[in-house]
Amino acid sequence: MRSEVAVEPVAFDPEQWTCPLPLRDYPRIVMGHGGGGSLSAELIDNIFVPAFRNEELEGMADSTVLTLPAGRIAFSTDAYVVHPLFFPGGSIGELAVHGTCNDLSMSGAKPLYLSASFILEEGLEMKTLAAIVERMAKAAREAGVRIVTGDTKVVERGHADGCYITTAGIGILMAEPAPAPMRAQVGDVVLVSGTLGDHGMTVMSLREGLSFETVLESDSAALHPLVEAMLAASDKVHVLRDPTRGGLATSLNEIAQSSKLGIRLEETALPVRPAVASACEILGMDPMYVANEGKLVAIVGREDADRVLQVMRAHPLGRDAARIGEVVAEHRGTLVARTRFGATRILPLQIGEQLPRIC
Amino acid sequence: MKYQEEFRNSGAVQRLLTEIRETVTRPWSLMEVCGGQTHSILRNGLDQLLPEQIRLIHGPGCPVCVTPLVAIDRALAIAARPGVIFCSFGDMLRVPGSDKDLFRIKSEGGDVRIVYSPLDAVKIARENPEREVVFFAIGFETTAPANAMAIEVARRQGIRNFSALVSHVLVPPAIEAILSSPKTRVNAFLAAGHVCSVMGTWEYPPLAEKYKVPIVVTGFEPYDLLVGILGCVRQLERGEYRVENAYARAVNEKGNIPAQELLSRVFTTVDRAWRGIGVIPNSGWKLSEAYQDFDAERRFDVGGIVASESPLCHSGEVLQGLLKPNQCPAFGKQCTPRTPLGATMVSNEGACSAYYNYGRLIAAEELLCAAK
Repeated sequence: MRSEVAVEPVAFDPEQWTCPLPLRDYPRIVMGHGGGGSLSAELIDNIFVPAFRNEELEGMADSTVLTLPAGRIAFSTDAYVVHPLFFPGGSIGELAVHGTCNDLSMSGAKPLYLSASFILEEGLEMKTLAAIVERMAKAAREAGVRIVTGDTKVVERGHADGCYITTAGIGILMAEPAPAPMRAQVGDVVLVSGTLGDHGMTVMSLREGLSFETVLESDSAALHPLVEAMLAASDKVHVLRDPTRGGLATSLNEIAQSSKLGIRLEETALPVRPAVASACEILGMDPMYVANEGKLVAIVGREDADRVLQVMRAHPLGRDAARIGEVVAEHRGTLVARTRFGATRILPLQIGEQLPRIC
Repeated sequence: MKYQEEFRNSGAVQRLLTEIRETVTRPWSLMEVCGGQTHSILRNGLDQLLPEQIRLIHGPGCPVCVTPLVAIDRALAIAARPGVIFCSFGDMLRVPGSDKDLFRIKSEGGDVRIVYSPLDAVKIARENPEREVVFFAIGFETTAPANAMAIEVARRQGIRNFSALVSHVLVPPAIEAILSSPKTRVNAFLAAGHVCSVMGTWEYPPLAEKYKVPIVVTGFEPYDLLVGILGCVRQLERGEYRVENAYARAVNEKGNIPAQELLSRVFTTVDRAWRGIGVIPNSGWKLSEAYQDFDAERRFDVGGIVASESPLCHSGEVLQGLLKPNQCPAFGKQCTPRTPLGATMVSNEGACSAYYNYGRLIAAEELLCAAK
């Protein structure tokens, strides 16, 4: 196992198993666990099913048959790779649940069902896998979604970074019309649900072995309860995005480009934790381009903006919500920020990932 | 953040801007030498807030921008070798060599790693005794002491599988090269505060005297930069040309003596080619004779690799303030941030990439005005 971070104790205990030919003979994943034979079955019976337990999953068919409520559905998939696998505030397990739930809720959907596919590296410690699965299960329970189908493959040592997870999800729309970039209008207000860059700087500082006086913590969270409250408060929540990879600036650039409108931010209004700001200063990064895993940015009709902001601040997931800018008719397709001195700077779409600067 | 927020105070910045506006009577061109200063100017939009008589020219102080093409080609050749772990600062990875960059080498199987400190590269060498670990030691006088220290540590600890590909550059010879060009348009310099925190200010009075230009040692926060600009403008308006220290909280005349001693032991001065500019006499450091065992160029025999820059690229003239980026025929056509010909288009604070991004804004506003 690659993770250097201590794995929290979990309910899973190999010593307590009752299986006569148990997995406990294998403290680590071996190729056979992906072979479809009895080792695969043991992995499913002893790790996945007990953790995810629900009647749809226990049907054990090649596919799961679901009955959906009436209305339009949202459907999304995402792949999760992160190093290290565990970090303060979460793990790849929480990310795999929260990330797909958030992709659904950004279309205004309430997530219902997830699938989960695991690519495991030969040699991954069984207790690490169990800890990831436990955390996924807990995250799913808390988010009110069920993991109803899945798959596992094993690749040779060195061919994966411990564990990769892909989840897909289905959700039912909570409001019509669904929020979408095309609904943005000149005069709309840009709101963000909390501080920026927490997840990205947490993972980066762990990965690079940087330590800061304050402990950084990932913000990984499922956002649909917050979205539900916002949609209930206003029918003018025009666009929703969760600014993950590439951060706020990337999400807003994409909205500006697809809506063919300009977006102007007020730099002084952007909420950034001091510890994240310091870490960014040291590494030469811009928090506007750093990943979040539990934040959303909303573009809301001006007349409802204050009401929506109040609702966000009253919700635990939006306590630090802020009004950060507006949609404008100028510089269409471009995101700009007014600096604290009143100048304007462009926030371009980055070509690749942000790189630490030499000076 | 103490020592930072107070230098970003909006009231203080506005007061300085007013003072600059009240002081300036004629057009002046100032060059900020350091890439970090350019970054701060653009990030805070200071250039837009200055009176129009003051033109800022982004100087050749982005270490990534000026690292010569041949050094990058040599780095690529070494990094592509099996068994080598090639360590570099992050932003060098995207800088194009003659036909590829370090990211490409990595995707083709090269073991290229981003480090934050050259000592990390020494640590990697210690932990991987069967591999050759090479550190790409680039940058100005600011990064040089840490790089020299890494080489010194490797020597003291007898780490034989560590070497450095050294391509350091020096600020004062670059300032002199710009000033001695008959075409120069620079009236005054904001000298790089961090460079001077290592080297002191003693190198600059002869330059100020010889070329009759004000040189103001300047920091990096908005307040620092405006104090530096105000210092330059005051001198220019009065017809003075002195070296002034506007970054006294980090810089003194002598500089960091132990660092300078280490530098003069580990490195020796050499003529250096600057990307886009050409060879500037005595403007670089290479490893001194006593440290030849740590010279990656020698160890991997890449000294024979030569390179020629794209004839379409005018980054040299841009870096010297002779050409605006959008006056280059390749600008926005053959050369964009996605397909950079020269490094000024690669780095975010490179003059060309800054123009490219701001140009989009200006073009969009002009279109809108035309539509109205």
